[in-house]
Amino acid sequence: MAVPALANEPLLRVEDLRVEFPTRRGRLTAVDGVSFEIAPGEVLGVVGESGAGKSLTGAAIIGLLEPPGKITGGQIVLEGQRIDNLPYHEMRQIRGRRIGAIFQDPLTSLNPLYTIGRQLTETIRTHLPLGETAARERALALLRAVGIPAAEQRIDQYPHQFSGGMRQRVVIALALAAEPRLIIADEPTTALDVSIQAQIIALLKRLCREHGTAVMLVTHDMGVIAETADRVAVMYAGRIVEIGPVREVVRHARHPYTVGLMGSIPLVGRDVARLAQIDGAMPRLNAIPLGCAFNPRCQKAFDICRTQRPDLRRVGPVAVACHLFDMPPADAGRPP
Amino acid sequence: MASGSSERALARAWDSDIAYSFRSSPLTMAAAAFTALYLLGAMLAPWIAPQDPFDLKQLDLLNAFLPPVWEVEGKAGFLLGADDQGRDVLSTILYGSRVSLLVGFASVVLAMLLGIGLGLISGYAGGAVDAFIMRVADVQLSFPAILIALLIDGVTRGLISAQRHEELAVFVLVISIGLSFWVQYARTVRGLVLVEKNKEYVLAARVIGLPPALIMLRHVLPNVLGPVLVIATINLGVAIITEATLSFLGVGVPSTQPSLGTLIRIGNDYLFSGEWWITIFPGAALALLVLAVNLLGDWLRDALNPKLH
Amino acid sequence: MNRAEAPLIEVDRLVRHFDVSPPLLNRLFEGGRRRILKAVDGVSFAIRRGETFSLVGESGCGKSTVARLMVGLYRPTGGDIRFEGMEIGGREGSANRKLVQRRMQMIFQDPYASLNPRWRVRDIVAEPIRAREGRLPAAVLAERVGGLLRQVGLASADGEKYPHEFSGGQRQRISIARALAGKPEFLVADEPTSALDVSVQAQILNLMRDLQRQFGLTYLFISHNLAVVYHVSDRVGVMYLGQLVEVAAVKALFGRPRHPYTRLLLDALPDLEMSGRGRTPVAGEVPSPIDPPSGCTFHPRCPHADARCRGERPRFHVHGEAMVACHAVEEGRI
Repeated sequence: MAVPALANEPLLRVEDLRVEFPTRRGRLTAVDGVSFEIAPGEVLGVVGESGAGKSLTGAAIIGLLEPPGKITGGQIVLEGQRIDNLPYHEMRQIRGRRIGAIFQDPLTSLNPLYTIGRQLTETIRTHLPLGETAARERALALLRAVGIPAAEQRIDQYPHQFSGGMRQRVVIALALAAEPRLIIADEPTTALDVSIQAQIIALLKRLCREHGTAVMLVTHDMGVIAETADRVAVMYAGRIVEIGPVREVVRHARHPYTVGLMGSIPLVGRDVARLAQIDGAMPRLNAIPLGCAFNPRCQKAFDICRTQRPDLRRVGPVAVACHLFDMPPADAGRPP
Repeated sequence: MASGSSERALARAWDSDIAYSFRSSPLTMAAAAFTALYLLGAMLAPWIAPQDPFDLKQLDLLNAFLPPVWEVEGKAGFLLGADDQGRDVLSTILYGSRVSLLVGFASVVLAMLLGIGLGLISGYAGGAVDAFIMRVADVQLSFPAILIALLIDGVTRGLISAQRHEELAVFVLVISIGLSFWVQYARTVRGLVLVEKNKEYVLAARVIGLPPALIMLRHVLPNVLGPVLVIATINLGVAIITEATLSFLGVGVPSTQPSLGTLIRIGNDYLFSGEWWITIFPGAALALLVLAVNLLGDWLRDALNPKLH
Repeated sequence: MNRAEAPLIEVDRLVRHFDVSPPLLNRLFEGGRRRILKAVDGVSFAIRRGETFSLVGESGCGKSTVARLMVGLYRPTGGDIRFEGMEIGGREGSANRKLVQRRMQMIFQDPYASLNPRWRVRDIVAEPIRAREGRLPAAVLAERVGGLLRQVGLASADGEKYPHEFSGGQRQRISIARALAGKPEFLVADEPTSALDVSVQAQILNLMRDLQRQFGLTYLFISHNLAVVYHVSDRVGVMYLGQLVEVAAVKALFGRPRHPYTRLLLDALPDLEMSGRGRTPVAGEVPSPIDPPSGCTFHPRCPHADARCRGERPRFHVHGEAMVACHAVEEGRI
C-alpha cells in the first residue's frame, strides 16, 4: 500500500513495516503492517504493553534487529532516503549520525571499561570531522548540557562511578553527540526512580526542542507520553490501533483497547472502587486472532471484527483501526 | 484415558526442543546409537561373546597370537585375533568393557552424590560451612585426579592384605576415582545454588516455613541438575580413561578381572613385535566409547543452553 | 485497648543492618573500613486488622527490607515486631514466630522467579496446605487446589501445567493462590504489580481487592508507584533511606502532603490528566544508604533545610492527621 508523499517530506516515514521471526514451528509476525510518520522536531510516542511490537519497531528503524528477526515487508524512509535495505556499513554511518538511540538500561548502554569522556569523544569523532581537542570540548559542552555537575572532573570517570540517573544523562549526551535528526528512545526512564524520571523526561524534552531533534519515544508508561509526546501511536499485537495528537488520544480515546488501557491506569485523585479491566491478555505471536487482533477481548466486537482486519482510518483528528468507525469509502484517508 | 495421556506425553516429548535438537544432529544420533550398542554388547557379553576369555578351561594356547580374521593366518571364531594366551580379542573387549563401564558409571555416581550433596550444603548454608568445604575442594584441586586415585589406592593396599585387596579392588577403584572427581560437581552446584537461593520461589518456600533441608532437596536441587548432567556425561569418559590409566599402570583392577586398560597394557608389550591387534583394538574401542560419550555431553550442553536457540 | 482496635501487626523501632564490608583479608591488606548498610533504621508503624497499609518510596528506601523482616526472611538487628501483641522478631521471638508463621504470607514482585519452574502448578499451590495440615487424601487436596485456582480466575485444569506455560499476570494469580492456600490473615505484597503491564495490573489489583473483601485479609502493600498506592491503600507510610518520614490516611497524605519528600514525590508524578500543572524541578538523587547524610537524611535535597536539619535527626511526631519526621514541619516553618 503506497502512502502518498507529504508536501513537506517528513523526517521519517515508515510504510507497512513487517518484522517476522522464523521459528521451526512457522513464521511469527511481530510487527504487522505498521505505518506512521515523524515530522522534523516532533516527539512521537509509541505506547503499548509487552509483546505489542513497539521495541521491535524501534530496533527495525535503527537497524538493530536481533537475528533471526528480520524485516520482511514495507519500507523505512529517512529524509527521503530508503534505509531498511542498506548494507551494514552504510547503516552504521547513519546510526549515530542521523539516528541516535537511548535504551532502557543505562548500566549496559555504557561500556564499563572506558571513561565516559573516551566514549563521548569516540562517538563524536566517528561522525564529525573534529580533532581530539575539539571533540573533547564538545563532549564537555554536552555533559554540561545534560546537567552533569563538575563536568571537567567527571568526564574522565568511569560509568560505575555514576548513579543510574547520571548514567542515563550520559547516555542522552552520547545519543545527541553527533547531532542526529532523530532519536529512538526505548523505555528511557523505566529503570529509574520516579523523581529521577521526571528530571530525565524534562531534560530530554528540552534538549530535543533546542536541537530540533525528533524523538520516537517507545514506552509502556502513558504518563510519560502524556508529558512528553506531541503525537502518540497505540500498538497492539504488532499493529497500530490508534494514532493522533496526544491530547486527543489520552483524553478522548476512541479505540476500545485505548479506552480500556486509559481506564485501567490508576490516578491520584481518581476514586474508583475497581479499575477498568480488560479481561484476557495480549495474544501470543503464534495465536493472533483473525480479523481484528483485539476482538476476543473487546466488549463491542461484532461479526466483521472476527473476520476482517480493520485499516487505520481517519476519525476527526486521529486515526483509528476499528470497525466501529467504518465510514463510507469517500472519507477514508491516510493517517494524520 | 491413561494410554491417551501417555501418548500425548510422548508426542510432546518428541516435539520438545531437546528432542528436536537431538533429531537434527546426525552426529549426536550416531554417537547415541554407538553408545547404546556398546552398552548392549557389554551387558550381553556372556551370551554373545564367542568365548569367555577368563575361563581358563576355554583357552587353548595353540590359538595364541592369531591375527584378525581377514589376515592370512586368521581363524574363524577369532574375529579380531587372539592375544598371548589364546584369548579372543573381541571377547576380551566385550568382557573388559563390562569392568570399565561398571567402574566408570559407579565412580561418576559416587562423585555426583558426594559433589552435589556438598555443593548444595555449601551454597545454601553459606558462611563458615561454605568456606570450609570450598577450601577442602581447592586443596584437592591442586592435585591431579590420577595422583589422588593413586594415593587412595596405594593407602588401601597398604592397609589390607593383598588377597582382600583383590576382592575389593573394583570397590576401591570406584571410591578412589569418585573421590577425585567430586570437586567439579560441588563447585558447579554451589554456584548455581547461590543464584537460586535468592530467587523468590525459594523465599516463598521459606515464608511457608519449610525447613532448609526440605527446601534444598525439593526446590533447589531440581533446578541445578541440568548443568550437572552435562558434567556427568563428559565425566564418564574421563572416569573410564582414568580407570584405564590406572589399570595400564598396574594399580587398577586385578588381572583376574581385566578391563580395557589392562588389555591395552597387556597388548602394549607386543605392539612392536608385530602383534598389533592385541592393543590396537581395545585402544580403539576405548577411544570410540569416550568420543561417543563426549559428543553426547556436548549435545546435551548445547541443548540445555537456552541462549543458543 | 479495645480488641477491635488493637493492631494486628506492629513494628517498633525496627532496625536492620547489613554488613557490606570488604572481606577481612582485604581489609587487612588494603586498609578498608567496616561498612554497614543501614537498610532499615528505626521504623515504627501499626497495621489494623482488615486494612491495607502501604509503604511507598524509591529504590534503596528499605521498604522491601521491612516487608521481608515482617515475614521472617530476615532477622531484625534491633527493634520489635509484634503480631497480636506477641513478640516475633529477634531471638526471643523465634518460638512465637513459628506459631504465627502460617498466619502470614507473601506475594513477590517477579512473576517469573516466584514460582519453581520445575514444579507443576498444583504442587506449588498445594505446598502451604501440606506444610500446614500434613498429608491429605489426594481427592481432597485436588478439590482445594482447584477451588483456589478458580478463585483467582484460573481453571482447575491449569494445575497440571508448568509455570512457563502462563503469562506474567497469570503467574501472579498463581502466586496469590499459593499465598491464600494456607488461609493466612496477613498478606505482604512486595511490588506485586510492578512487573506487569498496566491492563494486567488492573486485573490483579481488582482481584486482590475482591479477595480482601471476601476473606477479611490485612495487607501490607509495598510499591514505588504512588498512583497504585493511592488506589489500594487505607493508610500510607513514606520511606526514605531506611526511615519513615510521613504516615497518614491516604486522603490526608495525598491531599495535604506535609513532609518535603512526600511533596517531591507527588510533584514528580507525570501529569496524565494533562492539566498543565507546573512541576517544580527537583534536585539531586537518593544518596547511598551506606553513607547517609547527617542529621535529617533528606537535608541535601530539601529546599527548607537549615542548620538544625543538618545536625539533628528529626523525631516522628503527630502533626494534624499525619505523623511526620521533619523539623520544619514541627517548627511550623512549612
